[in-house]
Amino acid sequence: MSGLYLPKEYLAILLFIVLGVGFGVVTLWIGQFFRMKRPYFEKLVAYESGNPPTDEPRMRFSVKFYLIAILFIVFDVEAIYLYSWALVYDKLGMFALVEMFIFIALLLVGYFYGWKKGALQWEK
Amino acid sequence: MPIIIPTLDFAALIPILAIITTGLVVLLLDIYVEDKAVLGYVSLIGLLATAIACFGLLTQTVAPTFQNMLVSDGYSLVLDLIFVVTATLSIMIALSYLPARDMQSGEYYALLLFATSGMMLMGAATDLIVVFLGLEIMSIALYVLAAFNRRQLGSGEAGLKYFVLGAFASAFFLYGVALTYGATGSTNLQTIAMWFSANPAYAHNPIAMVGLALLLIGFAFKIAAVPFQWWTPDVYHGAPTSVTAFMSVGAKAAGFAALVRLLLVSFGAIPDWRWVISWLAVLTMTGGNIVALAQKDVKRMLAYSSIAHAGYILVGVVPGTPDGVKGILFYLMSYAFMNIGAFAVIALLEQRDQIGSSIESYMGLSSRKPLLALMMLFFMFSLTGIPPFIGFWGKWYVFWAAVKGGASWLAIVGMINSVISAFYYLSVVVQMYMRSPTEPSELEFAPLSLPVTLTIALAGAVTLLLGLWPTPLIKLTALGIFG
Repeated sequence: MSGLYLPKEYLAILLFIVLGVGFGVVTLWIGQFFRMKRPYFEKLVAYESGNPPTDEPRMRFSVKFYLIAILFIVFDVEAIYLYSWALVYDKLGMFALVEMFIFIALLLVGYFYGWKKGALQWEK
Repeated sequence: MPIIIPTLDFAALIPILAIITTGLVVLLLDIYVEDKAVLGYVSLIGLLATAIACFGLLTQTVAPTFQNMLVSDGYSLVLDLIFVVTATLSIMIALSYLPARDMQSGEYYALLLFATSGMMLMGAATDLIVVFLGLEIMSIALYVLAAFNRRQLGSGEAGLKYFVLGAFASAFFLYGVALTYGATGSTNLQTIAMWFSANPAYAHNPIAMVGLALLLIGFAFKIAAVPFQWWTPDVYHGAPTSVTAFMSVGAKAAGFAALVRLLLVSFGAIPDWRWVISWLAVLTMTGGNIVALAQKDVKRMLAYSSIAHAGYILVGVVPGTPDGVKGILFYLMSYAFMNIGAFAVIALLEQRDQIGSSIESYMGLSSRKPLLALMMLFFMFSLTGIPPFIGFWGKWYVFWAAVKGGASWLAIVGMINSVISAFYYLSVVVQMYMRSPTEPSELEFAPLSLPVTLTIALAGAVTLLLGLWPTPLIKLTALGIFG
């Protein structure tokens, strides 16, 4: 039948999604018929590594956490590229070396800029 | 297994690399230079170098390179020149506008240059992934720029609205890329076209069609086409005027750049999108113009008028012919001069935030600042499309391409809309020339700062001179023809 297009290759992915979600939902649902349910106050408070919670979780954070996190992500991603680059480095030769150093130089500009602008200083 | 490095022709990247390098230099200089205006001039030098590089490359063709990811053809180079003009004029406005509002900073110029590099990438991209890359480089910089006036709530609102809705549009676009890839097995524009010509039976399969629809939604958002225009007035009105000038032209041109290449190259064999674009054009022209009629604020009026102009340019997309491409390029270049010129006048007259962009503040401008009023008259006439000005030729070529491409009815709708638009453009002229200033307005003390005055003079001169003698621009845009 012309005009009808069914990508059969994707059927496996659809099944995987349905089964994956379904397994979690169904196990939890069936579990509630068998498990004991005896709630008391300590069980219902938010779990914070065993310490009793002291504050509301919705408090204001310093924007500096955010800056540090961004800088961390940048170099985290750089590390991912460096690993794969290092694996095939001997096959790529000079070209790869130059390319990678350009990449690192670009990141360094950003790092240097953030550093000089005081993004790494906790107290200004 | 040996790894074969694909052919990398860096010549294709020269304009983009020049812009990015300038941006990085500005960023580094920002740490050490106290007088931030210097950074604006450094950016202008970088843009000048980029323009020279573009003119140098125009004469030679470069085959698609970086594994068919991008190409440096006449089309992308003419677009590069449009982006350079846009960035240059907006930086010149910013050099006056930012210090007057205590917003002068180096990041502004760096972000503007990075946004420009993203636009250039969209013009040169021949792969949907690279289009997305350019789109995001441009958009993220523009989100920040829209919110640049931190002390003013309206600017923050503009940035946030643009960011939230822009992220939505990017998601639509990306989903469209995914579905197109699922249907055709490629993200490369040429390969998609080859798949369609090889499998004509599957040309209308729902996955490819929904993919195309989602891609169109993503672009329609970026070019501010009705019914995806809701963000436009608030963002254009709230953002600093120098930023509004930049994104009303730059983001629109970049959206059209990638849209035209996508439709003509990849979906050229499937004419169905012509109907969609036709109706999008009719809605956009009419919707933008009718709402613009009711505006009492010139900046907001120009926001709606920019929606209407997106509609006129969409008329040029419909025929999908080289004439249409030429018309679009001509229109975008002329729009850059006349629209940024008009925004420069607003930037000059705006004394404080929100004050000075209301239409009443233009009353009797001709008696107080005759030359400035004359320039504003040029821009308003040109935006309407009145003959001796460049805007007339832009409309002429776009509508002519539509007539030749068998869409005469669209050209007629466009002309009717031009008449509607005359009401609100000319009302500004009426205010300036036929009303007397009622009160000693604060506008009398607006300082004439040199860079923005130069911008207005330059844009006004080009609007008139290229309108009287459009041959150079016709020759330039003819180099951008493809398809």
